[in-house]
Amino acid sequence: MELLVASAIGILTAAGLYLVMRLRTFPVIMGISLLTYAVNVFLFASGRLKVGAPPILTDATNYTDPLPQALVLTAIVISFGMTAVVVMVALGAYLGSDDDHVDDPVDDTTKPEDAA
Amino acid sequence: MSHWIILPVLLPAFVAPFIVLAARYHIGIQRVLSVAGVIALVCISAGLAWQASDGTVTLYQLGDWAAPFGIVLVADRLSTLMVLLTSVLALFVLLYAIGSKWDERGRHFHALYQFQLMGIMGAFLTGDLFNLFVFFEVLLIASYGLMIHSGGNVRLRAGVQYVLFNLLGSTLFLFALGSIYAETGTLNMADLAMRVQLIDPEATVGIRIAAVLLLLVFAIKAAVVPLHFWLPSSYAEAPGPVAALFAIMTKVGAYAIIRVYTIVFPPDLEATAGLHGLWLLPVALLSLAIGMVGVLAAKKLDRLVAFSVIGSMGMVMTAIALFTPDGIAAALYYIVHSTLAAGALFLIADLVRTGRANLALTTAPPVAGAALTAGLFFVAAIAMTGLPPLSGFLGKLLILDATFNSPLAVWAWAVILSASLISVIGFARAGSVVFWKAHSIAPTDDTPPQTAPATLSYVAVGGLLTLLVAHTVFAGPAYSYMTATSAQLFAPEPYISTVLDTPGKLSEPKEGY
Repeated sequence: MELLVASAIGILTAAGLYLVMRLRTFPVIMGISLLTYAVNVFLFASGRLKVGAPPILTDATNYTDPLPQALVLTAIVISFGMTAVVVMVALGAYLGSDDDHVDDPVDDTTKPEDAA
Repeated sequence: MSHWIILPVLLPAFVAPFIVLAARYHIGIQRVLSVAGVIALVCISAGLAWQASDGTVTLYQLGDWAAPFGIVLVADRLSTLMVLLTSVLALFVLLYAIGSKWDERGRHFHALYQFQLMGIMGAFLTGDLFNLFVFFEVLLIASYGLMIHSGGNVRLRAGVQYVLFNLLGSTLFLFALGSIYAETGTLNMADLAMRVQLIDPEATVGIRIAAVLLLLVFAIKAAVVPLHFWLPSSYAEAPGPVAALFAIMTKVGAYAIIRVYTIVFPPDLEATAGLHGLWLLPVALLSLAIGMVGVLAAKKLDRLVAFSVIGSMGMVMTAIALFTPDGIAAALYYIVHSTLAAGALFLIADLVRTGRANLALTTAPPVAGAALTAGLFFVAAIAMTGLPPLSGFLGKLLILDATFNSPLAVWAWAVILSASLISVIGFARAGSVVFWKAHSIAPTDDTPPQTAPATLSYVAVGGLLTLLVAHTVFAGPAYSYMTATSAQLFAPEPYISTVLDTPGKLSEPKEGY
């Protein structure tokens, strides 16, 4: 199981990083989602992997650490909200300038007037 | 248990939704509420700083659960100093935003502003690493909204970069927290300080990786080269007052480095020895050099100020990376100075923008109110570049003095002094092109009639510069306070015992339970 979880984290991270480096908003957002999945599994594994044990102290021998589960829950909520925000901002940028590149355009010397 | 400590977090958290729900369509009421909230925040912060000034560490247990099981807020000299600095900066920036009518150019400026303050205050006060992550996210999500306030394509594009970079940073933060938890089984800073000491010296691989990951995360926040790429575009394209408030955000990263790497991974800890001197100091000097070269190379005034922020963060990180009491004290003195100076410069860049088509460093006919703006720019530039007589000069002297015993002292002196020279040239060139030569061009007839910026805007900028002057005049008391703060950081036993030994709910049977 350790191998399975470790390779899942590794593959998700690698795929996420690859997509982030594509520098177009859609792949980048996909890549960031994959990275957050990877980190969620990683956080979950930080309390050690254990099968069939409750996250509550019923008897002192058979339990699994409940804190990583709480951390993962917080991390899921936050990354979900953040992804929604970045989708909205990216959509605004794309619809405004008809361009979905994340990096700066080559000619960046002029700056349009601020929208009043 | 004093409940005052949570107020800097709770007050903006209540003011913000109240503004959205009750005063949504009334900019006047929003302004009154927002200013009243920030003034109250300044008073509370001053009270907290006064309470902590004699060296007492006060603790607030959320839900009355004792650490390390519950989340705690801790107010010591360092955190209350940063909270006070934030609230004072926020007051003047808010006045500017109202004076310049930036808050009318989009929806929900004041609500987002309050949420931003809530996140920053929480990040300074918390004593728990995961809670620090949560407050980072609170301040970031508010900053995303503020950054793209009033829209515009260029700003939205810069906003996308800013959001994406910070999302990557947050993911890295979670990886760091996961590895720390896997190694130690706790995320409370005081508890971590105890447990990291107990790690078997033969098996430190995990904790060393965690320490480096965490340092990377904070270095992203502090915009240390080569992790600074998010800063120039986002600070330059953000609305002027928002960029000025963001001047405190890089300091959140610096604060987190000071806090975590004095208490959890102190310099004498064998497992992470060499991390500061070997890695942090060279990249800090590199940031200083690149930031100041960027000042010279910038083609626009707002980018110039953004690069000067990177440079001054390099200066702060140089002093921090020494991890000596003198170095931290000098860094704290410089943090206060650089926050106020960078805030003032961003506001001044916005003043220059009124009446000009863009902020490109080209000569244009004189704008309304140019004389006063030029004077303010002159003072703020002197402060930022570290020329006498203002506090930048004193801060730089303190940092030079602190680096004296470092093995890299020659490099530090060479880089600090030459970078200062470069930044002086950069600011002088910008000032002469934008203000000095303006009278050589006759205004054309098609220039639209201009109105000078509002008095309130000048009051706000003047207020920040007055604080800088006060920081210079009272440098003696200020520096001795910073020395006391730094001494408290290097003797963390009272902090640890306050956090871990204060009983909470169910730690001992109470009456009625």
